[in-house]
Formats: sequence, C-alpha cells, structure tokens
Amino acid sequence: MRTPVSVKLVAGLGPRGWLAVAAVFVAAWVLVPLAHLMLPEGHPLHISTYAITLIGKILCYAVVAVAMDLIWGFGGILSLGHGLFFALGGYSFGMYLMRQIGRDGSYGADIPDFMVFLDWKELPWYWSGTDSFLWCLLLAVAVPGVIAWIFGYFAFRSRIKGVYFSIITQAMTYAAMLFFFRNETGFGGNNGFTDFKRILGYSITAPETRVVLFGLSVTLLLGTLILGKALIASKFGRVLTAIRDAENRVMFIGYNPLHYKLFIWTVSAMLCGLAGALYVPQVGIINPSEMSVANSIEIAIWVAVGGRGTLVGPIFGAGIVNLSKTWFTTSFPEYWLFFLGLLFILVTLYLPEGVAGLWAKIKARRAEKAALAAGRAEAAAVPAAPRTPATPESKLPNGTAAKGA
Amino acid sequence: MKRLLLILSLALGLGAGAVRADVAPEVLKGLASEDFDAKQGAVAVLAEVGDADAARLLKALSDDAVAVAGDRLVIVAGEQVLDAANGKLLKPAPASPDSISLNNSLRQQVDGALAALRLLSADKAERLAAAKALLADMGDGAALLPLFDKALKQEQDGEIKPILVQLQAQASLASSDAAARLQAVQTLGQSASPAVKALLLPLIEKQGDTFAEPDEKVRLAAQTAIKAIDGRLVWSDTAGQIFTGISLGSILLLAALGLAITYGVMGVINMAHGELLMVGAYSAYAMQALFRSRFPDFVDYYVVAAVPVAFFVAAAVGMLMERTVIRHLYGRPLETLLATWGLSLVLIQAARLLFGAQNVEVANPAWMSGGVQLAENLSLPWNRLVIVAFSGFVLLVVWLLMNKTRLGMFVRAVTQNRPMAGCVGVPTARIDTLAFGIGSGIAGLGGVALSQIANVGPDMGQGYIVDSFMVVVLGGVGQLAGAVWAALGLGVVTKFLEGWAGAVIAKILVLVFIIIFIQKRPQGLFALKGRFVD
Repeated sequence: MRTPVSVKLVAGLGPRGWLAVAAVFVAAWVLVPLAHLMLPEGHPLHISTYAITLIGKILCYAVVAVAMDLIWGFGGILSLGHGLFFALGGYSFGMYLMRQIGRDGSYGADIPDFMVFLDWKELPWYWSGTDSFLWCLLLAVAVPGVIAWIFGYFAFRSRIKGVYFSIITQAMTYAAMLFFFRNETGFGGNNGFTDFKRILGYSITAPETRVVLFGLSVTLLLGTLILGKALIASKFGRVLTAIRDAENRVMFIGYNPLHYKLFIWTVSAMLCGLAGALYVPQVGIINPSEMSVANSIEIAIWVAVGGRGTLVGPIFGAGIVNLSKTWFTTSFPEYWLFFLGLLFILVTLYLPEGVAGLWAKIKARRAEKAALAAGRAEAAAVPAAPRTPATPESKLPNGTAAKGA
Repeated sequence: MKRLLLILSLALGLGAGAVRADVAPEVLKGLASEDFDAKQGAVAVLAEVGDADAARLLKALSDDAVAVAGDRLVIVAGEQVLDAANGKLLKPAPASPDSISLNNSLRQQVDGALAALRLLSADKAERLAAAKALLADMGDGAALLPLFDKALKQEQDGEIKPILVQLQAQASLASSDAAARLQAVQTLGQSASPAVKALLLPLIEKQGDTFAEPDEKVRLAAQTAIKAIDGRLVWSDTAGQIFTGISLGSILLLAALGLAITYGVMGVINMAHGELLMVGAYSAYAMQALFRSRFPDFVDYYVVAAVPVAFFVAAAVGMLMERTVIRHLYGRPLETLLATWGLSLVLIQAARLLFGAQNVEVANPAWMSGGVQLAENLSLPWNRLVIVAFSGFVLLVVWLLMNKTRLGMFVRAVTQNRPMAGCVGVPTARIDTLAFGIGSGIAGLGGVALSQIANVGPDMGQGYIVDSFMVVVLGGVGQLAGAVWAALGLGVVTKFLEGWAGAVIAKILVLVFIIIFIQKRPQGLFALKGRFVD
C-alpha cells in the first residue's frame, strides 16, 4: 500500500525534528524581528542590520549547500556548476529589481542605466514581463531548472560520471560567466545588477523589508531541509543512494539511473535558483563573478566541511566557512586563501565526513565510555563474578577499538 | 590658380634654359612669399626639378635653415650664409636673416619631396629605402607625380621598379584625367596590400548622392581591383589565422602535456596544475631578476637558464604536493579534486605574499622580439615562433622519456596495470611521485613559455586550468598524440571562430562544442583499460 506523501513528510522528520523546525521558524519570524525592530541600538540583545544581512546571506548559502548535498552527498555527483544555478536565480530576480528602480536611475530613463549606457532604446525581448514579481520568481526557478534538465539529460544519458561530470559542469559555468561578462548580453556586463531601490513597492533597505527577507530565507532553508528529508527517506532516496554506491549493480537490477539522477539534479538546481533569488535583494548586487569557477568549488567545500550525506551538516558547513571568511577578510585578508586552501586539504584528508561526522564520532565515543563505565560498575557490584582476563577495550569490536585509539 | 601659373611658367623656363643651374628666381620668390599656396607651388617645382641645387634647398627647408635676407633668399648653415639659388657662400654675410616658416602640410610636402628626390639617388639601397618610405606615407602624391615619372624612366632595378609603378599609380589616383585614374586603378589592382585596398575603397563609396569618383569606368575598375586584392589577401589572412591558431595550440599543448601525464598515470585530477604553470612563469621572472643584477651582459639568455630552473622548481613543488597530500587520496578522485584546489589556493596566496599581488614584468629577450614579415599583412612574431618550436621540443622530450627510457616504461606499466606492475617489482609509489614530478615540471616549462607572451601574476594559472582540462578530455587520457591533436585543433578552431564571432563567443562555442563532443564519445575518450566495473 502506498503511503501518502504528507504522511511520509511527517514521518521523515520525527517529533524532535518537527519541534526544532517550529522553534527555528518562530525565532526567525518573531524573535529576530523583535530584537531588530523593537530593541534600541545599544541594547545587548539588539540584532544589527549588518548581522541580519550577513546571516540572511549565509542562510541563502546554506540552502545552496543543502541542495548540493542532495546531489553530491546522496547522488554521488560532484557538481562544479551550482554557482551558475544560484547566479541564474539571482539574475532572474534581479531583472525584477532592476525594473522596480523605474525612473530613479541616474539617467532617469525607463530602461536600466546600463542599457542607456549601451545606447539601447528599449528592453530586449527576454526582459519582457520582468516587471511582474511572480514571473521573475518563476524565472528564478524555471531557468536553472530547464538548463539543469537539458544539461543533465545529455550528460547522464551518456553516463558521464565522477570527475568528468565535474569538469564539464565547470566548463559550463565558465562559459556562462564569459557570456554574462559581455555587455551585449544585456545583463549589465561585469557590473551586473545593483543599486536596487524597492521590492513590491517597499524600500529595499527598510528594516522591515530586511526582516521579511530574513524570515523568508529561514523558511526556504527549513522547507529545503524538510523536502530533502522526505526525498531521502522515500524509496526514491534509497535508489539514489544505491546508485551513488554502485551504479552498475542498480542498473543490473533493472533501474534506470538516468531518471533518478536527472530528477535530483534538477531539483537541486531549482533550489539554488530560489536561494539566488532571495540572496540578491539582501546583498544588493549580482554580477558574473558569482559564476566564477572558484565560487562553485567553494560550495563543495561547505558541504565537505559540514558533512556529506547528512543534510543538516552542510548548513553548519556553510555557516562555518562563511563566518570565517567574513572574519578573515576583515581581520587578516592576506591569510584567508591560506585558511580556505588548508581547509580544502585538511577536510578531505582528515575529516571525510565533515563536522557532522566528527560530532557523530564524539557522540559514539561518549556512548562507548558510558557503556564501559556501566559495565565496570556492574562488575564491581558483583564481586563474585569471575575476573575478566582482558582489558576493557578488548570487549569492543576490533574496528571500534582501532578508531578509539 | 596662382600655383598652377607658377608651375606652368617654370616648366616653360625649364624647357628653355636647361643650361641654367641656379634655382629659378620665381621659385625663390614663391618661397619667400607669405602665402602658403605660393610656397607649396614653389616646393612642387623644386621637387620636379630635382637637381642638386633643388635638393639642397629642400633639405634646408626641412631643417628650417632658409631665411629671407633683404631681397634674396639665403640658407643659414651655422656661421655661414649661403645663397639659396646656387649654394655659393655669401661674403659678407647679410645682416639679420629672417627665417621663413613652414606649416604642417608644407613640411609634409617638403619631406615627401626630399624622399622622392632620393629616388633618383645613385645608390640602389637608398633608392629602395626611399621608395618603401614613400609607399608607407606619401603625403601629397599629386605634387610628386612628375618625380615618380622621372624616376621610373631612369630606374633599371627589378626590385625597385614595381614599387615605383605602384607609387606612380597611387599618385595619379588624384589626377584630374579620368584615363590616368583608370590606368592607375588597374595598376593598383595587381597589388596584394591592404593599404592599397584602403586607397581604392573610397573610390567606390558614395558621398551623399554622388560617387566620390565621377567616372563610372574607373569605379568599375576599382571594384574589380578590390576584388582581386581581396582574393590575394585571403590567402595570407588564412595563413596568419592558422599560425596564431597553432601558436595558441602550442601553448595549450604545453599546459596540457603535464596534465596528460599526471592524469594518465594516476587518474589524479590536479586542479593546481595552472598554479604549476604560474610557478614556472615566476621562475622565469626570478631568473630575469638574477641575470639583471648579476650577469647584465647575458641578460638576453635568461630564458635559456630559466628553462631547467622552472622545470626543477615546478617538479619539486609537484612532488611535494604528491607526497604530502595527493598520495593519501588515491582512488578518491572527487576528494583529490577538492584537495588540489585547496593546494592551488595556497600556491596563489604564497605567490602573492612572495612577489606581490600585481603582475610582474617579464621582458622578451632581444632575440625574441620582432618578427618575420612573410607578406604585407602576415608577420610572424619571433616569440610565438620560438614557443611553437619550444613546445615541439618539449613534446619530443616527453615522447622520448615515455617511450625510450626505463622510467617511461615503468610509468606506462603502472598506467596499464598497477597491481601487476607492482608484482613484477616496479616501485609503484616512487613511480607515482616521479611521474607527478615530471608532469609538474612540464607545466613549469609551459609557464616559462607563457611568461613570454602573457601576463605573469599570481592568478595567471586559473585561466588555463579549464582549457588544459578540455585538451586532455578531448584528446583522450594518457595519449600524447591525442593531446597534440586536441591542442592544435582547439587552437586553430578557436582562432577561426574568434575571427568570425569575437573572442568571448568563440570561447563559449568551443566549450559548448566540447560538452557536446563528450556526450557523443565519452567511452572512447575515457575508457578505463581492462574490464573495470565498480
């Protein structure tokens, strides 16, 4: 019998998970707005605009990280093109924000400033309809989705995997970056979109707008998590993980990996597009450097630091890496690349399961110790019991002992 | 009108008094006049007369040494004052000579006339040089036409004569006689120079409603001539594009050869490969600095010294990377990709701290600057030629190394079947390190080549990483021939597309093409040898 999707969704997270989700949701929509809008600036619990923007930005990154984890951690496909989907989402929504500027640009024209600069008289065809909020939101999801679907269909159909897939996604991003750097492309060349004024008629810099955007980011992240959990817990998720571990065997059993990979790849790209659409109004700029090769690889390191295949881990990964980036680039700008580079090396060498793996390991060791202590106490309580000749460690299975040592 | 009259009267005078050596007084009067038209006419006459006196006077004009003293024209040469008409020393020197002024167009005319006079020189080399100089910049051609006619009549040399014919034709394009123009256009149609094409183009253009060229026959002839020139230009244009394509391809090859080895042997995706190119380029920079401070006499040969240095420095960096990081990640290609990306970031930042974030200046040695002129519009720069030859040399060395040495045999054995190679006693771990070192060293060599034509900076490697992967991916793994064909093919195709669609679109098209190509032939290019199943 088939279980309804809603039941699967509820079951995927468990009561504790739902409680956590609800807590975060309330915090984001009630506590943060209160702390930002109601408390005076000097108050110790006041949350500054800077903090809201920074955390909102990192939340968008975290959505990308979770999307990346879906495809890399569970599908075994390392994409170096997620920066492209993120940026496409950002550009799609950025078009709306550019149109919202209206005649307040420095040239006071009906079209964006950069088009005036290029001496264009009217909007190109692909800008039509971009004054509609919903259309642009749709574009932000659909454009990355369609591009990912086309690209993925051909790549997965030809059974391109592993490193080759990574490299051609990198080539795709690189080509797109070059394309967006051109002024004639009609997306502002290397300056991209900036100087936004309002969104849905509200001022984009107003504290209320920021708080709403922040809340939306948290909601998107929670939604992504719930969706991810549900996907992974479903039969689809099982097959996907099986494809990751042994694609040929899955094929021999009779599954076609193409559909599974293509689905998760497209979903992942669409989530990135949404994240990009939320990112742009908060950060206030989108330009082609978001599509650079380095940015896409950095997404991979968020996931690697957080822990692949854990869904929650990548959120922490994105947080850790981006907070360190903020700290380093303001305090020791010249050492940031060293730190990032070493992070890449050390995480792959010594922390293959990331922070989440480390946490699980620590928890397991604590449980072990507790079990040992309990065992000892039991042994002490029963003095008549025959003395065990071996050391306590030898009771554990070999593998665990070696790990503990 | 004034000028025409002057010329006419002088031509009459010339015909009558060929015996008179002195410069005609009318000319002197023209020069002394305040009216620039009159001066121009006088200079034209001087150019036409072209004898020793005229030449001396023109030279003096060009040197600003002609002056008016009382009622006569004089040439001031230091302390001495000469009569402008015949060059005789004037004693006593007239008081307060008032130097006459030239405007720009007049000066151009004087210089052109001087160059034209040199066409009549007895020295063949000087005549040739003068003809070429005039071809590059003639100034007011119509004024020099009689001189060209005269020179053409005298000229016997086979090399100079065609140039003179062209000069004459160019000059008569401005003639008022339609027949003369027609003949000129027909003569020019035999050239293969873009400059001549540029001369002819205005003839068929419309100015407002009327054509610039009133005579229809001339227009038609100009059209045919332009077509003929275009036909000749296509050949050299294509040759030039193929050469720049090969040049780009040879750079891609240098960047990708090392990658072909490291990837082919170990299956290691080395994202820090571009930074090894950078290490090589900075080695060249360091050698240049060393030679400048220590051996300034041999500074032109720093490149030669940089080649082995770059190889060993990059190889050392590569082997260190292999020993410390990559070795622990064998069999985990995605992790290797991330870790080597981390290595590349560290290398970039290290270069920034050591050499500064700005690009550094690496100069071409004297023997690599300049170029070989093959045709009017086809010149091959020496630095590019040297790099093409150098990449051929590196390719040869790699081929010899891989196919003719014991080390190469071991490397190939490990590539084909690692456990079996280990079983028969090949030290596979050491071979890995050495092979990685060789691949990195070759990247260093590529860096030296790059330093001669591209900017040297900490980020320089990043731009090449995608390209070199594309070459390896396109050419097939571990195959030198594949890498060569892919690199040269990509280079030539890119350059042709660039000519057609611009640099950025060309690059995008090439990347899209590769992505499609991989769709079509993934197994053919990436087939793992043996019956490997995961």
